[in-house]
Amino acid sequence: MPHTRTPAVAGWLDGEGEDFRLLGTRCSSCGSVFFPREDVHCRNPLCAGGALEEVPLSRKGHIWSYTDSHYRPPSPYVSNPELPWEPYALIAVELAAERIVVLGQAAPGVTVAGLAVGMEVEAVPGVLDEDAETARTIWHWRPTGVRA
Amino acid sequence: MTRDVAVLGAGMHPWGKWGHSFVEYGTAAARAALADAGVAWGDVGSIVGADTVRGGYPGYVAGATFAKALGWQGARVASVYAACASGAQAIAAARAQILAGLTEVVLVVGADAAPKGFFRPAGGDRPDDPDWLRFRLLGATNPVYFGLYARRRMAVHGDTPEDFALVKVKNAALGALNPYARYRKRVTAEEVAASAVVADPLRLLDICATSDGAAALVLSSVGFAHRHGVRRPVRIRAVSTVTPRFPNTVLDLPDIATDSAVAVEPPGETFRASVARAAYEEAGIGPEDLSLAEVYDLSTALELQWYEDLGLCGAGEGAKLLREGVTAPGGRIPVNPSGGLASFGEAVPAQAIAQVCELAWQLRGTAGDRQVAGARVGITANQGLFGHGSSVVAVR
Ligand SMILES: [Zn+2]
Repeated sequence: MPHTRTPAVAGWLDGEGEDFRLLGTRCSSCGSVFFPREDVHCRNPLCAGGALEEVPLSRKGHIWSYTDSHYRPPSPYVSNPELPWEPYALIAVELAAERIVVLGQAAPGVTVAGLAVGMEVEAVPGVLDEDAETARTIWHWRPTGVRA
Repeated sequence: MTRDVAVLGAGMHPWGKWGHSFVEYGTAAARAALADAGVAWGDVGSIVGADTVRGGYPGYVAGATFAKALGWQGARVASVYAACASGAQAIAAARAQILAGLTEVVLVVGADAAPKGFFRPAGGDRPDDPDWLRFRLLGATNPVYFGLYARRRMAVHGDTPEDFALVKVKNAALGALNPYARYRKRVTAEEVAASAVVADPLRLLDICATSDGAAALVLSSVGFAHRHGVRRPVRIRAVSTVTPRFPNTVLDLPDIATDSAVAVEPPGETFRASVARAAYEEAGIGPEDLSLAEVYDLSTALELQWYEDLGLCGAGEGAKLLREGVTAPGGRIPVNPSGGLASFGEAVPAQAIAQVCELAWQLRGTAGDRQVAGARVGITANQGLFGHGSSVVAVR
């Protein structure tokens, strides 16, 4: 059992359970939100640029589209080549407050058969890959059971 | 003053998996284009290479690599990279040199030797590279994005997998007629439906393969073409290479998220549509003037998307246009008479040049069994990673 959980990418996620959030940044001048985070300069071409502040993104959103991956992705994706490949679903989710679409893997066990465009999903913590010491954590999208 | 440049020659190396170097393919295509133009290599004033990221250092300096292989003769050189739009940017660079009066004849070459299976990012641990991140964090291959777009069309426009399959059926039938295509076999809708799912709802036969291949063009000033004895050359009238506008609200390769539209209203048209509009404006034509189009059918569903982005029909009407035969041979606006990426498989830096080769042959009336009757105006459309897209208008 790995004894530490660490985000697979630094500064993109925070918290566990109900407190889990994706982290982005927001321009203090124009209000544009960035995910993946921009920490140096706002990308709005009409904005002179302001300080970029870390903000948690909405935990819930609605499915913009979805698909799945029936073939093993190449490296740097990490998978055990000795195990048969298990397809997983990917979901692109529209967050209303931020007006942004964020792609992520679906939580384990979620298949495309159970998904529909417009369905409500929430960000939950998941494990991307792990070794003896460390589990690298990532965001997963999971249907809330609430229909659009 | 004309803003046109002439297409004096077009040449290709057949697409396939040949196991050779991209240099060999590129020089073969270059020699074919020079022979087609009736121009000696020694009379070329400039060479522009479209780079490949898969050939090591020689791939990053493709222009010089091809110039050396053809034999150094002192031409000015440039090498460009713009993902799938690399070939179009090579054409744009050549055209700018000719229109600026820097040189009269330019050789444009793109070639690739593709890996087996999925395209993958360059090696190393690079958390600052979006292309590396999408593979590392999500396993999001190119077909994953194609699957997302296809499913979105099904949900928003009511497209079906059967609609998508008909694109493959159309393009495979055309590819069967093209000696440069890799796949030269007709395909039935049943065969598409029986192929393995790659990225739901898309199957193996909905998604373009990766290929070896090369394409080349000899471009010149219109004045040079006339002096060279070509009275009515095919002319390139527009090369659009515009970038997206913030906020880009379509999830584009290789991004994990779109721009946020919370502070700025999104533009009224998508990036792809803006690429085409810029080409129409530069050429002073509209979709109603087209005889044919070569579009980037990375997937079957994406071809339908291009119909709409090119203004061949309204939003959501792509599948209807296909089913009515408008984009088939003999239709009002045949699309991908070459057979498209469905029949070629993508050879990244060569592909946008190959699209223009097909326009040149069609506009000259030398496309053989694929010929679009009375072709006068053609357009290409293409989109690649990192905000690249292109559209070329050619006329005769
Ligand atoms: Zn700003």
